Amino acid sequence: MNYKMVGYIIGRIMVIMAILMCLPFIVALLHREDTIFGFALAILCQLIIGFAFSVKKPKNTELYAKEGLVIVALVWILTSLFGALPFYLSREIPSYLDALFETISGFTTTGATILSDIEALSDSALFWRSFTHWIGGMGVLVFVLAVLPKTHVTQSIHLMRAEVPGPQVGKLVSRMRSTARILYGIYIILTLLEVLCLRLAGMPWFDSLLNSFATAGTGGFCLKNASIAAYNSAAIDAIITFFMIVFGINFTLFYLLLTGHVLQVLKSEELRWFLGIIALATLCITLDVSHLYESFTEAFRYSVFQVSSIITTTGFITADYSQWPMFSQTILVLLMFVGAMAGSTGGGIKVSRVMILLKTVLRELRHQLRPRSVSALKLEGKLVEEKTFLGVMSYMSIYVLFFVVSMVLVSLNNLSFASSFSAVTTCLNNVGPGLEAVGPVNNFGSLNALSKLTLSIDMLAGRLELLPILTLFTPSAWRRR
Amino acid sequence: MKIIIVGDGKVGMILTEYLSREGHDIMVIDKNPEVVENAMNVHDVAAINGSGANYNVLVEAGATRADLLIAATSSDEMNILSCLMAKKIGTRHTIARVRNPEYAQQLVFIREELGLSMIVNPEFEAAQDISRVLRFPSAIKLDCFSKGRVDLAEIRIPEDGHLAGHKLSELYKVCKEKILICAVQREEQVLIPNGDFVLMANDRIHITGSHAALASFFKAIGIFKQKSKHILIVGGGKIAYYLARQLADTGVDVKIIEQSEERCLELSEALPRATIICGDGTDHAILQEEGLASSDACVVLTGIDEENIIVALYAQTMGVSKVITKIDRRSFGDMADHMGIDSYISPKVITANRIVRYVRAMDFAKESDFKTLYKIVNNQVEALEFSIRQKAFYTDKPIKELKTKKGVLFASIIRHGRVIIPSGEDHLEAGDSVIIVTTNSGCINRLEDIFA
Repeated sequence: MNYKMVGYIIGRIMVIMAILMCLPFIVALLHREDTIFGFALAILCQLIIGFAFSVKKPKNTELYAKEGLVIVALVWILTSLFGALPFYLSREIPSYLDALFETISGFTTTGATILSDIEALSDSALFWRSFTHWIGGMGVLVFVLAVLPKTHVTQSIHLMRAEVPGPQVGKLVSRMRSTARILYGIYIILTLLEVLCLRLAGMPWFDSLLNSFATAGTGGFCLKNASIAAYNSAAIDAIITFFMIVFGINFTLFYLLLTGHVLQVLKSEELRWFLGIIALATLCITLDVSHLYESFTEAFRYSVFQVSSIITTTGFITADYSQWPMFSQTILVLLMFVGAMAGSTGGGIKVSRVMILLKTVLRELRHQLRPRSVSALKLEGKLVEEKTFLGVMSYMSIYVLFFVVSMVLVSLNNLSFASSFSAVTTCLNNVGPGLEAVGPVNNFGSLNALSKLTLSIDMLAGRLELLPILTLFTPSAWRRR
Repeated sequence: MKIIIVGDGKVGMILTEYLSREGHDIMVIDKNPEVVENAMNVHDVAAINGSGANYNVLVEAGATRADLLIAATSSDEMNILSCLMAKKIGTRHTIARVRNPEYAQQLVFIREELGLSMIVNPEFEAAQDISRVLRFPSAIKLDCFSKGRVDLAEIRIPEDGHLAGHKLSELYKVCKEKILICAVQREEQVLIPNGDFVLMANDRIHITGSHAALASFFKAIGIFKQKSKHILIVGGGKIAYYLARQLADTGVDVKIIEQSEERCLELSEALPRATIICGDGTDHAILQEEGLASSDACVVLTGIDEENIIVALYAQTMGVSKVITKIDRRSFGDMADHMGIDSYISPKVITANRIVRYVRAMDFAKESDFKTLYKIVNNQVEALEFSIRQKAFYTDKPIKELKTKKGVLFASIIRHGRVIIPSGEDHLEAGDSVIIVTTNSGCINRLEDIFA
């Protein structure tokens, strides 16, 4: 473990996080809100600690996979700890644990909230809350890789691999910095596009900006208590549905689109599955809920929104789906597990992993029937390497392990099975709302401290795809080699 | 520049490292998925698993817009094919490594007619480096600038010589020759010395000067060795073949010891003037019998690094005045430095350096007058040659008035074919060639870059 280099990089990142926090600080200044002090203190803390660590560049700049994992995990935990400070210091959220839960929920783009009255928050706090979604969506470290000058950290792939979701992480172009810049470029353009569309649909500027942040990161924090339902506009629903799906798509495909490889995008197997699953789930739910609404189109409007919101793990709400029939609710919970595409800003298990799992099952079945048959496991027309396959399998095992342990800890609240189960599901998959006690019209505020902590760790683990968080608890990661 | 490297073996790996550090966008293509994975983990590059002669792989790697493709797989044919395909797809320049002596005779034809930009033959390049040192054996290594007008030699300061303990400013008094010490390697440190620098025994110094000046300098400090006349080569591989051919032309007596009878026959057919001995070159009795102790120089070129090192050390203890060893593994090279092996060469590093030099020249060929590049002192120092075509802010002014960056030194000026070792009073003129030595590796691409 190269402690000096880990400290140096974390220091640089703290400084950048402090700079990012200046945005809500400016909002607080403009609106003359009481949160100014809270933001100022949090920014100061991060600057001091950041500069203290990054004053001297260490001689040995070697980074290996281990350092990459540890840096990513520590950065996410530290930014969450500091990100919670403004809420706590300004007394907007009186308990630090609650503030931390809210911030982690923001950075991990979960969108689960402990607040019962969101509209009571000041504008700057609301801004910061949604902005954490936007930062966390594409990733803190990817941002840092994009803005830092040439660092000569040639092994930066380890950082990106630990933060960008998916079973296989590659670069778009040779240089890591250019790759990070392209990713953020696409991210920013799409976000601005959504802001514009929402404004044209009649949403105020501030609201459209914040809701775009939440959509882009596939987060789900809204500045209204009733979430998107509060705007009650079919046009806004349609725009947000479209953009939720867009941000659930692998960003590599946008890059291919930009460079003119339209055919390659259309051929993408994962994209077809992703859109196929959305279409199928929408169809099932529309038929199932059509008797609850006046017309078929209305049923379609609410179900397509909810399906896209859940599968991309955004978690916006236009309809209280806890009132829907059990069949629809079950499908929504299943979609929480599936999640978005690899390489997108969404969470969950990821469509590509689900594809590998299903294909493995089919292959095993064939193999049982014809023991001598040999069939290659292919994804996107390419052979799935043994390493990737094993990676998916171990990911699933760790996933189940996390799930079971969290489920046991959360059950101490003595809530119903559906509540505890969906609370863990929604946090580990970074969705947001669950069922019953943590359902779309309720919140996580009533849970006890242990559950909030467990779910916070689950959210981090889910966003970083389990392994980085797990390495923090592995003694060999901390050894000096 | 966008550069595609096909085949990430030893040469490919060194190139990936150098070129990506110099700021180029590198795409690596290799058939072995583990190599691809490793390349991406260690360097800031992208990599594709596949064959470099596969159309789809090349297109995926961006050969349509690439500036350069370097093919360095183990197969000559594969390299040529990759280059041809890349060229047709749209890559601007292509470099192939071609090492089979059978193709070596038609290299010019291959390059011109097939449209390749450059062909590197590692064994041939290595043989050239060796023969240069054998012609001037006082130096550990020798590079030439300006078509051989200026030499850049590396020597180790002897324990009992006249040099140790002197300041550089007193150097002229000691040896009465105009030469310049441009870089000093003391243990792991590399320094660009100034006038107050005091030399110590066992420092490795890099000196520039004309050939004659260097020769008399070596005489003055007592390390001059006559040009090697009787040379013993252990191992009869490709390098030995090229080396013997080059040496035989200059009338030097060459003896090759090679184990395989078949190869011996081939060699004796191709090299009528050389003596070919069939036997085990690592056998001490055979070495004695073939007169190792009475040779001027011994070149150890077997295929196994460990054997090379042992035979070289043995030859040194037997009092052979010049021993040159081939060491392929880079880590062994660093170890050899500490074991007292003076001259060693690594064909892979030589090849990589040749290509890097070409890339650098190509990259800036448009506006700059960059001519030659050598990487010295384990690649920590660069020696570059530029020609000055027209008047600029730095010409016709005494050098002491020019503000240069730290770690930059004017090593020589070549004016009308004469070598000037510059002092503060000298100046640059349009039409000069100037040699710069710098520790800022990879930063200097134009002459303007050296000024603060």
